[in-house]
Amino acid sequence: MTDVKKTSGISRRTAVKGIGATLGAAAFAKAIAPLTSWAANQSIDEFLQKHYQELTPAQMQKVLKRLEEDTKKDYGAEVTITDPKPQPGVKFGYALNLSICVGCRKCAQACHVENNHDRKSGNSYIRVLEMKKGSLDIEHGKVDYKGPVPKSDSFYMPVQCQQCDNPPCVDVCPVEATWKEKDGIVAVDYNWCIGCRYCEAACPYHARRFNWTKPEIPQEEITPVQGYLSNRVRPQGVMEKCTFCMHKTRNGELPACLQACPTGARVFGNLLDPESEIRWVLENKRVFVLKEELGTKPSFYYFFDE
Amino acid sequence: MNKPAATLPPPHLSHLNSYPRFIWRMMVLATEGNWLFYAWMIGLSAVALVGLNAWAIQVTNGMGVTNMSDHVSWGLYIANFTFMVGLAAGGVMMVIPAYLYHDDDMHDVVIIGELLAIAAIVMCIGFVVVDLGRPDRVWHMLPGIGKFHFPVSMLTWDVIVLNGYLLINLHICGYLLYQRYRGRRPNPKIYVPVVFLSIGWAISIHTVTAFLYQGLGGRPFWNTALLAPRFLTSAFVSGPAFIILALEAIRYLSSYKVGDGAIRILVNIMRVTILINLLMLASEVFTEFYTGGSHTAAARYLYFGLHGFDALVPWIWSSIVLTLLAALLLLCPKVHKHPVMLVTACCFAFAGIWIEKGMGLIIPGFIPSTLHEIVEYTPNGIEWRISAGIWAAGLMIYTLAIRVAMPIFSGEVSLKKDIEDHA
Ligand code: SF4
Ligand code: SF4
Repeated sequence: MTDVKKTSGISRRTAVKGIGATLGAAAFAKAIAPLTSWAANQSIDEFLQKHYQELTPAQMQKVLKRLEEDTKKDYGAEVTITDPKPQPGVKFGYALNLSICVGCRKCAQACHVENNHDRKSGNSYIRVLEMKKGSLDIEHGKVDYKGPVPKSDSFYMPVQCQQCDNPPCVDVCPVEATWKEKDGIVAVDYNWCIGCRYCEAACPYHARRFNWTKPEIPQEEITPVQGYLSNRVRPQGVMEKCTFCMHKTRNGELPACLQACPTGARVFGNLLDPESEIRWVLENKRVFVLKEELGTKPSFYYFFDE
Repeated sequence: MNKPAATLPPPHLSHLNSYPRFIWRMMVLATEGNWLFYAWMIGLSAVALVGLNAWAIQVTNGMGVTNMSDHVSWGLYIANFTFMVGLAAGGVMMVIPAYLYHDDDMHDVVIIGELLAIAAIVMCIGFVVVDLGRPDRVWHMLPGIGKFHFPVSMLTWDVIVLNGYLLINLHICGYLLYQRYRGRRPNPKIYVPVVFLSIGWAISIHTVTAFLYQGLGGRPFWNTALLAPRFLTSAFVSGPAFIILALEAIRYLSSYKVGDGAIRILVNIMRVTILINLLMLASEVFTEFYTGGSHTAAARYLYFGLHGFDALVPWIWSSIVLTLLAALLLLCPKVHKHPVMLVTACCFAFAGIWIEKGMGLIIPGFIPSTLHEIVEYTPNGIEWRISAGIWAAGLMIYTLAIRVAMPIFSGEVSLKKDIEDHA
């Protein structure tokens, strides 16, 4: 208060400052007003929820119940969300026969539906590249091809998360919101991700998708069988990716993309089981992986028939 | 701990007594000024509030209100962040001539550079926060209560070096100002080692930030060993350019004397660094285009456009032209004697580097995408507003910091005078 009593001029100045501060505070409140509707939708339980790997089974049950209720509230859909664990002695692998893939993109569609993707963006974890025969250089691939398929001069290469054994996306995440599970699947905790998108920049296969807005899905189109780490409806502002349909495959079913494929180009199974079809493919076909030179060690293989 | 080097303080004034006075005096200084000061601050506040409002809209409706996409997942925010890291590093580099060559004119400039570093780091943090999809979860990054993916994630390294750098510079500035205020000579033993630490640290913030991009094997455009050195040289262009502009403004708008020597040294630094920067650019362009091959697609897209897409071409060429013009102006022997020419050169250099380190470095890393799709990106209104808001907030911090520091540094405001006035 030293300056107030010096002259009356300064005290008038102080008064003006006071008015300025009040106006400023009012303008500030107005500026952040949009946040109030957003804040109203945030629950304190969600805010304080711990990392997936630190939740006790009892805490997990509560979280799953809360998420089921939220889905009912937000989308009107009755869903069951579970948290299937990796089975011992299982490491998943996927192989794709480029000789018979016809580029119909049924797999991408099935993925879109199974994984409760936002309808407007038409998202899918799978992109199918149309490539001219004679080169494997994906620089010459096209994803936005049109017209009847297959074209006689082309072959088709669907690309999705390769579930790398040395995944750059996991290394870069600053909060460990993404990690590799025991059965080889790279998972994301949608309730822990801070949305920095560093993993998306790091992935060499364009396998990650960000929830730029809250997904919009009509109630009757929501796939009701959901997994915490896989196809449950994702919150706004977090990263997601293909999980080999963890909620199905960990219960002995096949991934939705494989079930949808009309030509049988897709082979899925346990790499640790010598009797499995995928092992047969790896042992008997000429198999390759994408961008091998990057050292990401994919668990997703491509092969040709001859 | 701050043992005075010269005379003892008046007996009744311990730190307990004089430190609160110092803080209070700074707050008073920060809110006093002529009409120009008020107009400037009100203008900046208005822009900052517009930015804040845009950010509130973005948090509420999702990042979908920006023009970023799964293909170009980082845009204007991270571009600005990258540039700001450089400005922060460049700010402190002025310390080298001051302490290495014991140049007296430069000593006054040191604090101006360090204050710039503080403002720039605050802006860096701002740009990272507005880029988060879930800013409510930043606490997940705090060591202890969250999960800090150290030492694997480069981003955690960046968090450490940026915050460390902020603390170091706050310490130096706070200490120097406090001692001046008390009418003491700052004790070199207390702050000179920290100043040297800050020089090394300045290099580290820029190197770590370069590693953030350089380490991504799937992005050939960034996967070059030249990235970190180029970051540093461009920082030594943009930092001095901004400081010269600040010094000219101080000269013009206030009664404080800014030594010619300081400006001459800064110009000399820029003369060298801007040429090295151009040389490195040429070397990179040569590698990209003479070698050819598919990994050069991003560079081809950036400089000439690819398959009919060319949104970045005007950006990068204006950057090159601006930098070249700045270099030519700076090479004029008497440039430091002609304020208009000097200010023009600095503005050109500053804008040129801003484009080069932002739109010219971050965006082409994503185009074409890793599956060779071309999805273009131009920032939209929300992104410009938020970015302008952060710039305005940063300029406010810098203006206030200078507003407080200059009278204390020149001795116009001091503890002694405050006590006399009071008595
Ligand atoms: S393909 Fe991409 S998202 Fe999938 S594990 Fe590898 S780096 Fe991660
Ligand atoms: S976007 Fe999420 S999962 Fe990806 S790096 Fe950032 S915090 Fe981790």
